[in-house]
Amino acid sequence: MGAKLTIPQLQQKANILREDIISMLEAAGSGHTAGSLGLADIVAALYFDVLKINPSKPDWSDRDIFLLSNGHTVPVQYAAMAEAGFFPKSELKTLRKLGSRLQGHPERTKLPGLENTSGPLGSGLSQASGMAYSFQYLDDAKHRFVYVIMGDGELDEGNNWEAAMFAGKYKLSQLIAVVDRNNIQIDGNTEDVMPLEDLRGKWESFGWHVIEIDGNNMESILDAFSMARAITNRPSVIIAHTIPGKGVDFMEYDYKWHGVAPNSKQAADALKKLHTLDGKINTGDNAS
Amino acid sequence: MSEYQLNPKLYDSDVAQEPIRAGYGRGLKAAGEADKNVVALCADLTESTQTHLFAEAFPDRFIQVGIAEQNLVAVASGLAAVGKVPFAAAYAAFSPGRNWEQIKTTVALNNQPVKIVSSHAGVGVGPDGATHQMLEDIAMMRVMPNMIVVVPGDSIEAEKATLAIARNGKPSYLRLARPKTPIFSTPDSPFKIGDAYQLRDGDDVTLFGTGITTYQLLVAADILGKKGISAEVVHVPTIKPLDNARILMSARKTGRIVTAEEAQIAGGLGSAIAELMGDYMPTPILRIGINDRYGESGEPGELFDFFGLTGDKMAKKIEDFVRNKQQYHRDK
Repeated sequence: MGAKLTIPQLQQKANILREDIISMLEAAGSGHTAGSLGLADIVAALYFDVLKINPSKPDWSDRDIFLLSNGHTVPVQYAAMAEAGFFPKSELKTLRKLGSRLQGHPERTKLPGLENTSGPLGSGLSQASGMAYSFQYLDDAKHRFVYVIMGDGELDEGNNWEAAMFAGKYKLSQLIAVVDRNNIQIDGNTEDVMPLEDLRGKWESFGWHVIEIDGNNMESILDAFSMARAITNRPSVIIAHTIPGKGVDFMEYDYKWHGVAPNSKQAADALKKLHTLDGKINTGDNAS
Repeated sequence: MSEYQLNPKLYDSDVAQEPIRAGYGRGLKAAGEADKNVVALCADLTESTQTHLFAEAFPDRFIQVGIAEQNLVAVASGLAAVGKVPFAAAYAAFSPGRNWEQIKTTVALNNQPVKIVSSHAGVGVGPDGATHQMLEDIAMMRVMPNMIVVVPGDSIEAEKATLAIARNGKPSYLRLARPKTPIFSTPDSPFKIGDAYQLRDGDDVTLFGTGITTYQLLVAADILGKKGISAEVVHVPTIKPLDNARILMSARKTGRIVTAEEAQIAGGLGSAIAELMGDYMPTPILRIGINDRYGESGEPGELFDFFGLTGDKMAKKIEDFVRNKQQYHRDK
């Protein structure tokens, strides 16, 4: 799998994912832009540092598992999978098209490397809990971790809290959840639609170890995952504060970009913004 | 095709009775003995779903999820994804009553071999009343692509069905009932997922039953025989995939069909057979079941009678149907 990437290299990977997200959503003509962009740093960290996976052998029996519970942000996962080599990058342009393996929401049976089918919100944490339970109690597979990303608006769904109670009861320490705390959902701000705070207190009261970070800061992200893996007596949740639309200034913080794809002019502007970030990132030996 | 071995004491007043769910308890334990990947989950109903036999034998492979049916099936989906054969048991009113979307997305569309086991289906749950009497589950589950739907007719068959779905590698639904009901099969009777069985030969009408109604149709056929009506009885324990060939063969012979189920007649066994007949040979059909209403409190026997699901009540309806409908013959 090669040497570890440096933090600047991981930041550059995140930027590549953002560019691919813009291009694939423009080609698709529909899809969820803001959440996908906001998660690019966390997903880059997972696919290019944290996860033990083998893109040429997606069903490798010792692999870690990653589930995207808020399946509408799947463009960021497809971008990462293509960049990691699970499938050719050219396929990204087929997103949401008839006959594509890249369905609008992730479908396990369509694309090797996807670990579940998701999109209807609220059940990814349950599925992840089942897997983590198996690794901890049934398989003697203490080396395998299960990572699941959830949206914050998604936490309105009661199913999540059934799962949170379950994982807390069984102290599923190989389960690491990430809440994408970007404060937006379709109808507006999460605290207006259905308040989630005290979010940290909620998870703690369910028996979880809580880590709260800036979810667009690569160093914080890597530290949080290391810390979560070191907790051995309970599940961990990383509340990751992210900026929806991160990297494209006219999309940032604007809930209207939740479920809209950029048109060609907007995509060109967005790609220009993303390219100009290159100058701000010190990529060390392989700056473009 | 060999003859189906019926319980020789079938028509005796002291015919053996046992809850269908009891067969599940034994079958699950046997499945656990045969395959260490079999795990059982339950939503706070371990004894009444008969999961306790497995839980006592294999405590390490039993997972208590509490009163949380959405989590029940989605956790089971995760377990299946990493190689387990999970049986997720609850009452039918709540699973698939409450968690249909999780079953669709995480089990059926995701194509994971989770076994959804739903006890206390139908009006037979009795005094608990309409809130707990699941009558819509056959319809809800049979419209789901990838899902196998099995409704055993007695406890002996339930045991075989449990072992069969443990091995089929597919998302599967197993419908069980609460009260003691008569046993018409024997340990030697065949059971294969997807097969229907001719229990009694006849010429004037075919009676298709599933679950507890099959025994009652055997009783009805006996009554009808005494009135000069020759009724064939076909047991359909698998609603999906339906045994099209067996059903068409029988319908073609008798030219009139009756279906009976302890469920809404909309969307259930009767609908499935009516759809098949509509496609191939539009045969006159009488569908017996719960007709677009909810159940209510009462003892199971009282409710079976009230809703016309006893052999006696059904025989009257069937006699009227046979005397008033021409037989359909394709080659006429």
